Amino acid sequence: MPWWIALFFFQAPPQMDLPQVDRNPHTSEADIVQGRKLYAGRCAGCHGPGGDGGKGANLAVAVLPRASTDLALYRVVRYGLPETEMPSTLLAPREVWQIAAFVRSLGAASAAESVGGDARRGRDVVTTKGSCLQCHAIGLNGGRLGPALTDVGARRGPGHLRAKLLDPKAAIPDDFRMAQITTRDGRKIEGVRLNEDVDSIQVRDAGGKLHSYWKRELLDFKVERRTTMPSYADKLSSQEINDAVAYLSTLRGESR
Amino acid sequence: MRKLPLAFLLATVISPSQVGYERILGAAKEPGNWLTYSGNYAGHRFSPLAQINDRNVARLKPAWVYQVNSLQKFETTPIVVDGVMYLSEPPSNVTALDTRTGRPLWKYRRVLPDDLRVCCGQVNRGVAVLGDLVFVGTLDAHLLALDAKTGAVRWDTTVIDYRLGYSITVAPLVVKDKVVIGVAGGEYGVRGLLDAYDAKTGKQAWRFWTIPGPGEPGNDTWKGDSWKTGSGGTWVTGAYDPDTNLVYWGTGNPGPDWNGDVRLGDNLFADCLLALDADSGKLKWYFQFTPHDIHDWDATEVPVLVDTDFRGQKRKLLLFPNRNAFFYVLDRVTGQFLHGKPYAKQTWAKGLDDNGRPIRIPGTEPTLQGTKVWPSVAGANNWYSPSYSPMTNLLYVAVREAGSTYYIGEADYKPGERFDGGGFRNVPGEEEWGAIRAFKPASAEVAWEYRLHTPPYAGVMATAGNLLFGATNEGQFFALQATTGKPLWRFQATSLLVRSNPMSYLSDGKQYVAMTMGNSLYAFALE
Repeated sequence: MPWWIALFFFQAPPQMDLPQVDRNPHTSEADIVQGRKLYAGRCAGCHGPGGDGGKGANLAVAVLPRASTDLALYRVVRYGLPETEMPSTLLAPREVWQIAAFVRSLGAASAAESVGGDARRGRDVVTTKGSCLQCHAIGLNGGRLGPALTDVGARRGPGHLRAKLLDPKAAIPDDFRMAQITTRDGRKIEGVRLNEDVDSIQVRDAGGKLHSYWKRELLDFKVERRTTMPSYADKLSSQEINDAVAYLSTLRGESR
Repeated sequence: MRKLPLAFLLATVISPSQVGYERILGAAKEPGNWLTYSGNYAGHRFSPLAQINDRNVARLKPAWVYQVNSLQKFETTPIVVDGVMYLSEPPSNVTALDTRTGRPLWKYRRVLPDDLRVCCGQVNRGVAVLGDLVFVGTLDAHLLALDAKTGAVRWDTTVIDYRLGYSITVAPLVVKDKVVIGVAGGEYGVRGLLDAYDAKTGKQAWRFWTIPGPGEPGNDTWKGDSWKTGSGGTWVTGAYDPDTNLVYWGTGNPGPDWNGDVRLGDNLFADCLLALDADSGKLKWYFQFTPHDIHDWDATEVPVLVDTDFRGQKRKLLLFPNRNAFFYVLDRVTGQFLHGKPYAKQTWAKGLDDNGRPIRIPGTEPTLQGTKVWPSVAGANNWYSPSYSPMTNLLYVAVREAGSTYYIGEADYKPGERFDGGGFRNVPGEEEWGAIRAFKPASAEVAWEYRLHTPPYAGVMATAGNLLFGATNEGQFFALQATTGKPLWRFQATSLLVRSNPMSYLSDGKQYVAMTMGNSLYAFALE
């Protein structure tokens, strides 16, 4: 083929015009206010208006795993994340920085939330009086019904954790369902729905056993948006709640 | 609604029972599962299942397809335990699927740092299982134990600092109560290692540095301080023999790859087969295939352990069709070299001497202008798996027939930077091709050959149904008759790369053959 046809197939390597700065140069009050507006228009749909996550990651945490530095955060906002749904943007550099400033303010607010508890005492609350490990795993120990808490302190701020302990029914995650199943041979299974489509359903029961059924094999099944997690509002004192939150906030899934 | 037989319903509880070491050891006794990377400890990648066979394979059809959200190369071999399939996905993720429906049960998604050091794609070749844990190595050089029921991280151990150029792409090997794991990093001047960790806690049990330090045997095969950047990665899963209690594991190229002038000497233990005591990690014996390698011919292929007649005597053999285009037969008890010969076009050695050491042809070193040498940099064989069938007593290998032009370059070491010392290109005007070859294990004589259009990069699996499954670079999955090489069935699966190995399992008593092709995992079953 003529050499010039090759030009049509030539893909320029992605060029990142990253600013030559170490720190975000646009972090004034006015920048954060403007950043909030830009964020509301472009980011909130996935990350939530308060940055508490949804389809996108929770941004209201002290350390963002993919954007630990200002420049890394700029790069994620400007260029997106490959092989995820996080897109790039053609906003001006100043606007990218303003969004970054607002995102950092979410993390700072989360980090500044007063924990007011004692993590050492909280460990006892979580593992003994609260019986949290019956359903949740922390590292090598714990159950399988609820999500693991091994790195919950890195994923969730203290305010979120406190709210969960006090009123777990208030904010059940979008895709969380409990399923009750009766098979055609009369066995009953209750557990967390793992996956469902027109023809099939997958469940993990309270004992951790995995089940997969074609729906035609079932006599009956019921899927409900509810949680079996109890409220601790009446079970623990406010000091014990604070201690538990303090302990959970220390759980960061660290490597050996 | 249609009434279903009771037996059908009972089988829908898919909770895997605990996988003890004894189960992996006796993998042949439960052919419906696939409990370790190569199907058994001997590296056979042989399925004793025969429901799908050379008489009915024409009726093979995809039963379900699972696609990953990545266009990185998808190199994993799934593990199957009692109705659950565990597979790694690029870059360092793990998913559990129901083997019958292909539906997901849980997913583990790792957030990786943005400054990884990977030479050749963000890939992972598989997981290992023991007890109710699933083990996976990550590109940032951690070893994780995930809960087999939930995917939650039970422990997370940093093997070594990835910023020095290390990554983990290899599927771990569980031996007794330990998880053996290797590293990649041969293009970054790392110091290679093979580690074992306590499966329950993630605590390190032993470490073997593949490049010996000062005062250790073999350190004198490196001029000056060149051992410090000697590479010798361990990025392909090895084999284990409970009788010798040895772990057999291949090591990668010496660093820098193509500039040998800065590391004069034989460069032990790069390009070796290591035999390590499974309990202590102590070196029992080694065999170096390519002393002072200057062509990047890693000995990171799957060692195949076979007990068969060798010149009239029953022996415990280790078969190793090497990337350097020579087929080696070793005694796996002592490490003694028994036999070796070229099995693909090669132009770099006159042959092997009585000890198996290559007799190099002068003028085959990389140069500034480029030197044409066969085999190519990717070799006559590579990380993808061979297969040994005890029924045909043949070793099947996907062979690559190609050469490269090799260049030498500057080799300045900076920690965490690439450290190649040269490069390579295809040989202009030369046709490359490939073949599936069936070898008699002791003599390395070719029993049959099935020609491929281009050099393959996918492994093979023989089954008790007298079949051999494999795949072409052009995206076709095929079945040959294992005794004759006659093509019986093929399926056009993808326009993307095929970089993996077939495996087989039973679900609800029905045989499936699974293989990742493109960015999809296919499970095939009879119509």
